[in-house]
Amino acid sequence: MKKLLIALVTLVPSLAFAAGGAHVHLESANVDLKDKESLQRGLDSFQHYCSGCHSTQYQRYNRVAEDLGISVDDMRNKYMFNADAKVGDLMENAIPEVDAAKWFGAAPPDLTLVARVRGEDWIYTYLKSFYQDETRPFGVNNTVFPSVAMPHVLQELQGLQVKQEDGSLVATGGKLTAEEYDQVVRDITGFLVYSGEPVKLERESLGWWVMGFLFIFFIVAYLLKKEYWKDVH
Amino acid sequence: MVKNIIDWIDARIPMTATYNRHVGQYATPTNFNFWYFFGSLAMLVLVNQLLTGIWLTMNYVPTAEGAFASIEYIMRDVEYGWLLRYMHSTGASAFFVVVYLHMFRGLLYGSYQKPRELLWLFGMLIFLVLMAEAFMGYLLPWGQMSYWGAQVIISLFGAIPVIGDDLTLWIRGDFVVSGATLNRFFALHVIALPLVLVVLVFLHLIALHEVGSNNPDGIEIKKNKDENGWPKDGIPFHPYYTVKDIMGVAGFLIVFCYVLFFMPEGGGYFLEKPNFEAANPMKTPEHIAPVWYFTPFYAILRAIPDKLLGVVGMGLAIAVLFVLPWLDRCKVKSIRYRSMIHKLNIGQFAVSFVILGYLGAVPATPTLTIAARIFTLTYFGFFLALWLYSKNEKTKPVPERLTH
Repeated sequence: MKKLLIALVTLVPSLAFAAGGAHVHLESANVDLKDKESLQRGLDSFQHYCSGCHSTQYQRYNRVAEDLGISVDDMRNKYMFNADAKVGDLMENAIPEVDAAKWFGAAPPDLTLVARVRGEDWIYTYLKSFYQDETRPFGVNNTVFPSVAMPHVLQELQGLQVKQEDGSLVATGGKLTAEEYDQVVRDITGFLVYSGEPVKLERESLGWWVMGFLFIFFIVAYLLKKEYWKDVH
Repeated sequence: MVKNIIDWIDARIPMTATYNRHVGQYATPTNFNFWYFFGSLAMLVLVNQLLTGIWLTMNYVPTAEGAFASIEYIMRDVEYGWLLRYMHSTGASAFFVVVYLHMFRGLLYGSYQKPRELLWLFGMLIFLVLMAEAFMGYLLPWGQMSYWGAQVIISLFGAIPVIGDDLTLWIRGDFVVSGATLNRFFALHVIALPLVLVVLVFLHLIALHEVGSNNPDGIEIKKNKDENGWPKDGIPFHPYYTVKDIMGVAGFLIVFCYVLFFMPEGGGYFLEKPNFEAANPMKTPEHIAPVWYFTPFYAILRAIPDKLLGVVGMGLAIAVLFVLPWLDRCKVKSIRYRSMIHKLNIGQFAVSFVILGYLGAVPATPTLTIAARIFTLTYFGFFLALWLYSKNEKTKPVPERLTH
């Protein structure tokens, strides 16, 4: 039995290895949802660079303002580009899908939940991985998402990266240093992680209270059981 | 005063008699161990699913256009909607965890053997309906994996000769999975199947209380009664096992709530990542995997090269469990007093099941397919071997009284 178990236990990881395909190495985004200033900058960048094409249609302006600690007025004045929108509306200000599909070859997806689909590290690395490729319609390609239909929207910040012989990417002509650009991308990623599950921090803080209660409840239940069972056996 | 009210009711319905028969005077063996928590926990999870399900239904929109958005509405705009949703989604996985452990308990201690065959059959029917319930429920969020998982599973029925194509059409109500499918799955998920489930649970309990609970020694406590007709190794269910089960509930909730509050996606197994993307009939996900609780059976399906035979194999993997009481011809119930070969057989069965579960969750490669075939054989081998050796099995002497 033991030998069989050992054989099986050693077999499983080799199977897992066999199953793993080639994956691009993803950099760690190190997002901190408690850093509200980062999330605010992320909202700012997202609204200015991304929201023209990508909606975040499952969340509302006023909820985002409240969660990120900015006033509703700021939200209305700085980030609501649709004059008809109300602060309680869903953030669906993107270009019409039909037009987008015509212009880019694919409709830009809604990004409310992208962090839950792809993971934060994917978004972070993706936004850092555009490089010059003249064969593509917008002159750029992406190592994380090959042949992506999206242009490099943040090119003015990062500059244009050129793929070196060793496969590394080197940027030139950007307004920001590499560290500053990383921070911008981290802020955007953080905002998207927040958007994916706005309740995450509340969930975890409530969770500790629940766990605390349950531990006490377990002790009481254990003592009660012991008391009742002392005359059995 | 209270007594008068009770007498008044008892003269009209057998309230006190029923309570005594099923709770107050229900004789339970004294030696239930860890494995015996999972029956009551399954009931707890059932209640959790029913209650959270009712509240989710209040805000869920069962249409192809509105379903996905309504889940996010529940997650964001409904007060504590996220909690209800995570309780329900975590509860679905927890249901299968406790039910699998509950079934394995039955396997360990021979709880399916005479006179508990019908009890086992009701339990297996519960398992079957639970799988249907979970499958239909998984379509409702209308995410990519909901959609394509349903597409794949329903298309399996197409492998059935002659009627296959018409059958899939009938199930979907359309040529592909669509809003029509969503509507009927919703109806079945929130009304039809829960009703069947509750009735089966009732029958499962009635059958249990008629024959009495088995125990880790696999002996009948009813055979040793004192002068009052009370089993010498029995204690009333209440208060002994009610307080013990409360302790079990507390322990279970610690694990359950940890998952719920700190990892509700269950590492991508309880809520699969592609399911956070709305269903798109034009875009097939790279890798379609069913939710973890179906993966052992899915692995068996994929292991068999022929589609029809694969479906048959998957069906057999479940069907063979139904006839377990008649495959096991041994008179001794508990693994404690059975042969070494039986212990090894149960061990390899458990390992096969877990590995098949893993294999069903990852993309198939030639190596993994061979592994899946081997473990499909060992899965079925368990039943064949059991039938062969159980007739003349070398068992240890079974004690007269419980040993603890």
